[in-house]
Amino acid sequence: MSFRHKHIIALRDLNKEEIELLIATAESMREINSRDIKKVPTLRGKTIINLFYESSTRTRTSFEIAAKRLSADAVNISPSTSSATKGETLADTALNLLAMKPDIIVMRHAVSGSHYFLANKVSCSIINAGDGAHEHPSQGLLDMLTIKDKFGRLDGLKVAIVGDITHSRVARSDIQGLTKMGSSIFLAGPPTMMPPGVEKLGNVTVCGTMKEAIQDADVVMMLRIQQERQGKTLMPNTREYSRYFGLNPTNLKLAKPGAMVMHPGPINRGVEMSSYVVDGDQSHILKQVENGVAVRMAMLYHVSGGGSVE
Amino acid sequence: MNLLIKGGRVIDPTQKLDETLDVLVENGVIREVGRNLAAPAGAETIDASGCYVTPGLIDMHVHLRDPGFEYKEDIVSGTQAAVAGGFTSVCCMPNTKPVIDGKAVASYIINKAKSEGCCNVFPVGTITQGMNGDRMSEMGELKETGCVAVSDDGKPVKSSELMRRALQYAKGIGIMVISHAEDLDLVGEGTMNEGFTSTELGLKGIPRVAEDIATVREIMLAEYTGAPVHIAHVSTAGSTRVVREAKARGVQVTCETAPHYFTLTDDAVRGYNTNAKMNPPLREAEDVAAIKAGLADGTIDCIATDHAPHHLDDKDVEFNEALNGIVGLETSLPLALRLVAEGVLTLKQMVEVMSVNPANILGLGRGTLKAGTPADITVIDPELTWTVTADGLRSKSKNSPFLGQAMKGGARYTVVGGKIQFRR
Repeated sequence: MSFRHKHIIALRDLNKEEIELLIATAESMREINSRDIKKVPTLRGKTIINLFYESSTRTRTSFEIAAKRLSADAVNISPSTSSATKGETLADTALNLLAMKPDIIVMRHAVSGSHYFLANKVSCSIINAGDGAHEHPSQGLLDMLTIKDKFGRLDGLKVAIVGDITHSRVARSDIQGLTKMGSSIFLAGPPTMMPPGVEKLGNVTVCGTMKEAIQDADVVMMLRIQQERQGKTLMPNTREYSRYFGLNPTNLKLAKPGAMVMHPGPINRGVEMSSYVVDGDQSHILKQVENGVAVRMAMLYHVSGGGSVE
Repeated sequence: MNLLIKGGRVIDPTQKLDETLDVLVENGVIREVGRNLAAPAGAETIDASGCYVTPGLIDMHVHLRDPGFEYKEDIVSGTQAAVAGGFTSVCCMPNTKPVIDGKAVASYIINKAKSEGCCNVFPVGTITQGMNGDRMSEMGELKETGCVAVSDDGKPVKSSELMRRALQYAKGIGIMVISHAEDLDLVGEGTMNEGFTSTELGLKGIPRVAEDIATVREIMLAEYTGAPVHIAHVSTAGSTRVVREAKARGVQVTCETAPHYFTLTDDAVRGYNTNAKMNPPLREAEDVAAIKAGLADGTIDCIATDHAPHHLDDKDVEFNEALNGIVGLETSLPLALRLVAEGVLTLKQMVEVMSVNPANILGLGRGTLKAGTPADITVIDPELTWTVTADGLRSKSKNSPFLGQAMKGGARYTVVGGKIQFRR
């Protein structure tokens, strides 16, 4: 099958077959990443702009490497502000960039939905590298690829996601993707960080305690506590948070033996996860980062219309 | 100029009228309502057969943006939109630039409306000087100048002490206080209703309780001080319930809702539609049902549009950056007629909530077709079908969530002070 979307903004917009196609393509892209000369000419002559309104190390580097491995020309821009009241509007920035004829704009933006706004303004493809608390589709895809590597499948798994669900775009993309693939999501976090109606987003169960969520889980996904987004009213402090919602070697034993531990990064060591778990045998965190490059290659490839990969 | 409106279904709750009658207007005043009236020499005759003839509609909550934001709207364009929507009077909110906190701005508005406007414009002054929530404004002078109420609309009065004193003071002056009831701490940085839709879209939510708590505060203060209060743009089931309970125990509280709160839910925000962004935000189906029930049982006294024109530059931006508000003057009547078609309101009730009640709450001396009153009359064609388009709207701003939608019903003639200010 071919990929029919011009943009990739949310996993909510993709069906199961399209997600499978992206993951299968990413699996084949990995072979390129293991070569001595890690480059194919697939996207030669294509121009990709990485427009990051929020800071990022992992995602931006990963998109840049993905573009370069496919021989596209990648340019990184990090405007200092996203506010329309300060300086140029997003629409004007985008139109000016568009005048330079990029093929794809990869954007991260603090405002949920800003990619849909942008897609209505420009003629090139848009890939979402994270928008507010809405979605982070490349993270969702690389999480699924990492899970598939371990279990060989993405259906029938119990996936626990623990932390600040309200502010997490990663959680939303994981819920959208994994539900479509046939797995069950169990959420845990302080009630102050649990958004209303989240159980209706997919095959989601909201658990009263972390123990309930990770009991017999195949995957334990820990979210970063993002104090900069939260304000001061959602929890007493990180000490109490980690007491009830931190993952440590003891409570990890509640999960299935050999359960995967994941985290989208960057990690607050000692807050949501103890270092013993971060660096332990069950951690797949660096594998997630590794898979990120292949997944983003697959995304760039498909919005460019596919074609042959040498 | 004289006018005879013949053969319409005259609906005037103040005279318990609902029958086919003629209305004769002489020298800007209603002369007579009766059967088979003859047109005096030189009078224009309007054939109103098939139409409703009602006291001129009154919108007690609009933003005309003049002075200060004339690129969004001004008194001329705003009143043109008003008469096209069937309104003969509007009350304009004080969040202009400068705000309406003294005689100068209030006089400017009144004079400009008289010389250039198409309908009656009654300014609403601020509750606090500069609308900054610190000291009461000079309500006495505001009233003397012609303001019919005070409100810090858009910027709730945070201090309960100040609100208490404002209610007491305003009662002494004899001017109504209109409260924008929201607890700003609970609103936080929210941009839409807090619920499943905000969860799915990843947008910060404004919980309904932000409005409910503030409504309760105003009711308790009104009860304690014995002063009347009017709650603006009620959007939640909770607010409706507490107003109903307060009225039952005799508190002097009145309230209004806006057409979008009984027509749309927060589903309209999907696609990050900034023309569905307003404050308070669109709520959920249960709130829409409660608002309708509140209109039906008289808990909600008025339909007011909260007409809030915004330029494309303020709306065609990322969702969080977009300003709150939608235009409403030209779509209010057909949306209210939908309630009549649904059986939520009788026609009499519709005329009450859109004319009689706002006139009584603010003491405008209008909202009636009684002989001797100013001839403000709306001739409504319930069968008129039309489509909302950006080009078709008279307002300078086009920020309507109803663009492209078919409407049924509208004003055929809008008569202000005996003069036909709009016809189609």
